Amino acid sequence: MKFLSQLISGISLGSIYALIALGYTMVYGIAKMLNFAHGDVIMVGAFVVYTACVKGGMNPALGVLIAIAFCTVLGVVIERLAYKPLRQAASLAVLITAIGVSYFLQNMALLIFGSDTKQFSSVVSLKPITLAGGSLTISGEIVTTIIVSVVIMIALTLFVNKTKPGKAMRAVSEDKGAAQLMGINVNGMISLTFAIGSALAAIAGALMCSTYPALSPYAGAMPGIKAFVAAVFGGIGSIPGAMVGGVLLGVIENLSKGYISSQLSDAIVFGVLIIVLLVKPTGIMGKKINEKV
Amino acid sequence: MAKKVNSPLEKKKSGVRSVTKKNFVTYLIVIVFYAVFQTLTATGHLKNAYQSLLVPICYSVVMAVSLNLVVGVLGELSLGHAGFMCVGAYCGAFFSVITKDVLMTDWLRFVLAMLIGAAVAALAGVIIGIPVLRLKGDYLAIVTLAFGEIIKTVVNVLYIGKDASGFHIAMSTKNLDMAEDGLLILNGPQGITGTPKSSNFTIGFILVMLTLLIVTNLMDSRTGRAIMSIRDNRIAAESIGIDVTKYKLMAFVIAAAIAGCAGVLYAHNLNALTANTNNFGYNMSIMILVYVVLGGLGSVRGSVIAATILYALPELFRGVGQYRMLLYAIVLIVMMIVNNGAFFVQMKEKALYNIRSGKKNNAKEAA
Repeated sequence: MKFLSQLISGISLGSIYALIALGYTMVYGIAKMLNFAHGDVIMVGAFVVYTACVKGGMNPALGVLIAIAFCTVLGVVIERLAYKPLRQAASLAVLITAIGVSYFLQNMALLIFGSDTKQFSSVVSLKPITLAGGSLTISGEIVTTIIVSVVIMIALTLFVNKTKPGKAMRAVSEDKGAAQLMGINVNGMISLTFAIGSALAAIAGALMCSTYPALSPYAGAMPGIKAFVAAVFGGIGSIPGAMVGGVLLGVIENLSKGYISSQLSDAIVFGVLIIVLLVKPTGIMGKKINEKV
Repeated sequence: MAKKVNSPLEKKKSGVRSVTKKNFVTYLIVIVFYAVFQTLTATGHLKNAYQSLLVPICYSVVMAVSLNLVVGVLGELSLGHAGFMCVGAYCGAFFSVITKDVLMTDWLRFVLAMLIGAAVAALAGVIIGIPVLRLKGDYLAIVTLAFGEIIKTVVNVLYIGKDASGFHIAMSTKNLDMAEDGLLILNGPQGITGTPKSSNFTIGFILVMLTLLIVTNLMDSRTGRAIMSIRDNRIAAESIGIDVTKYKLMAFVIAAAIAGCAGVLYAHNLNALTANTNNFGYNMSIMILVYVVLGGLGSVRGSVIAATILYALPELFRGVGQYRMLLYAIVLIVMMIVNNGAFFVQMKEKALYNIRSGKKNNAKEAA
């Protein structure tokens, strides 16, 4: 039973990683850049929910909606101000800029909210579910996280594969120049990608802080990095890859926490990344990119 | 005719001189800085609070210069540089603690600790570098970050003790299985305590000078040019027979060894050595990266000046301390956009073009 409950909470953690990893992977696919600040957008989302619900006493659902709206705007603004001027620049320059944005968000939150850890109250009001005659209890947060993630993933897959904007998005990630010639608004598509990624980050932030109710300006950094690991694990640029990678990584992390060592779990997660990159650098579902001279 | 043949040679000569001159200016800045602050300390004009900044400035400079070797000269982004500092710090402190009663004079022990720290950090550089340097760009950055975090995590769960029967290594105090009179040297998250405080400004200064000598000479050597050619165009470098892996690894390992020395200096400046995000984790790596980027990628003098000023400033102006990081972040972003953004690059080129053509026109008019 211990294994089963570890597995289920691992899947829940993994779904959160998957939601964040989707943001990474979509942005990487379309803008060919590593948005280092993505993890901190999660933190911003969680702080908006915190301000609205815990401080302002608003309805949790409304708070989450406000957070989604806020992060969507934030994501687009970041893209327009910091990344767009660097569209043609070397990847090192873009990466350092993204680190700068990440630092900016962290320190902004630090100035506004202070460095102490805030007690986050759950946005989920679902009762825990008891299975197998009381020997297995699954908290409402875990159930909600898994359900919300599955719904979002299905919706996103349908959006990308079946709708016109989704098709345009895939076209831009395939070949920007050709997409532009076909009359697709490339900048608009990149903004849309950032908007979707940031909205997912806001949801992930609210869910994460409901399950693990400690919120600080640095709360987004570690999950952000791990979600990136998940995105690489699944094959960066691939949407199903991010989902699979996220869930697998969450399960690995939780099982190593439960059975090996809770302190070493981070090291194990990063070890997995290193092994994956060495054995199959393109990840589980990534496409191989040939280098052109 | 003879003049024409000679001219490229002359040019080359003056080129070498200008490089040497540039390096000497850098050395001179450091020497003057040392002389001024050493005199101020000796004559009692420097407040204690400021005196305690001198050693940290030294190891920040050393870290910045060594990271510049990877980011600026080799052109690969490493986000785990503080990890090597951590390795050096722990090994150096470990050595100093176990030889505290046994060994020799202070300075000899410190030099040995420094060498051991550098050697182990270099070894870590080799172990990490071989797999990591197969990757490129963003992947390389994220894997160095992962390694940095792994080093920090592992150090925090290690317990090492020593008793009559030798060393004991375990993942918790219980499993250490040590005799009653044994000495617990590395105590997990509590780290190493009782390291002799042998770091001082003079030693820091010597280390900075050594680092500068090594890095500037490397950059002016055949090896350094090979490394820079990999940065500028890897494929072209490979096609003219440069062993990319070898030179990449070389730069990476040298930088790691120097960072290890900085770690030893750091460890011997404190009574208790612990590893957390702010000294050996991600934050520290980013901090050093900020020094390097603001000082100018590939510019040794820039790294020295940026590290000194950026380390000292917030300590001197306590009031703005809380806005410091925010300011750094903004400066980092603006710097990158101004230096690399299409709009600004075009503007710069236009301005340069105007200046040049303006000069030409003036010359024509004068003629």
